[in-house]
Amino acid sequence: MVYLTRKAEFAASHYYHNPSFTAEENQRIFGKCNNPNGHGHNYTLEVTVKGEVDPRSGFVVDLKQLKEVMHREVLDAMDHRFLNKEVPEFFSKIPTTENLAIAVWQRLEPKLRNARLHRVRVYETPDLFVDFYGEE
Amino acid sequence: MIAHLSRRYLFSASHRLHNPEMSVEENQTTYGKCNNPYGHGHNYILEVTVSGPVDQSTGMICNLVDLDQCVNREVLSRYQLENLNTLQEFSTAVPTTENLCIEIFEILQRTFSHAHLDKVKLEETMMNSFEYAGGRELTQT
Repeated sequence: MVYLTRKAEFAASHYYHNPSFTAEENQRIFGKCNNPNGHGHNYTLEVTVKGEVDPRSGFVVDLKQLKEVMHREVLDAMDHRFLNKEVPEFFSKIPTTENLAIAVWQRLEPKLRNARLHRVRVYETPDLFVDFYGEE
Repeated sequence: MIAHLSRRYLFSASHRLHNPEMSVEENQTTYGKCNNPYGHGHNYILEVTVSGPVDQSTGMICNLVDLDQCVNREVLSRYQLENLNTLQEFSTAVPTTENLCIEIFEILQRTFSHAHLDKVKLEETMMNSFEYAGGRELTQT
């Protein structure tokens, strides 16, 4: 089994707000992230896939295909977007880094051929990141 | 849905690697430059990983403010700009980054209750780092 990781970057804005909380609760729980006008991050996405090395190609996965899937399923939908308003997953879920990692997994997992998705890592900043390995 | 969240922190401290039970020569051979009696310092990068189910109402494993407060109060304020050899936990143990990593894991294990502590990673320089998960194997890569 060999693991391969591909990185990508995207920039997006978001804010944290749960409509079933009171204004005070939203403020207390989410702090500055509750500002309804949003704020942005340069996200770094790391997608790790695993599989056996194909003896003919020497590849675990065709990197070009992986890159295309990442672009089509994730970057085209999220890069330079306001996540709460433009990405359907976050019409009802709060676009935390946790939920973002899960959403990226759910977008990529059914689209990958040959290799299996092992891990989605989303960096919100260089000092904060979330890993999701699917249902554990 | 279980997710794993990692947060990185910085602190600077000095240490000297020296075991009084070893001879001068043995300390020299074992620790080399790190045995310099005046000590030397590092900018340590601490990476704390916690995990748990993502709370549906907040979208979070735990509130980062709680994690930051705990790490600041229990770890960073204890080690920032200190000479590690002068601290109680290193009165007998050598303050290698291995031992410091284990110590920090145990401190957080005792004091952080908002999510499961997966592991602590401690980078001593850009070129070397140590990880401790309470004695468990690191199964996720």
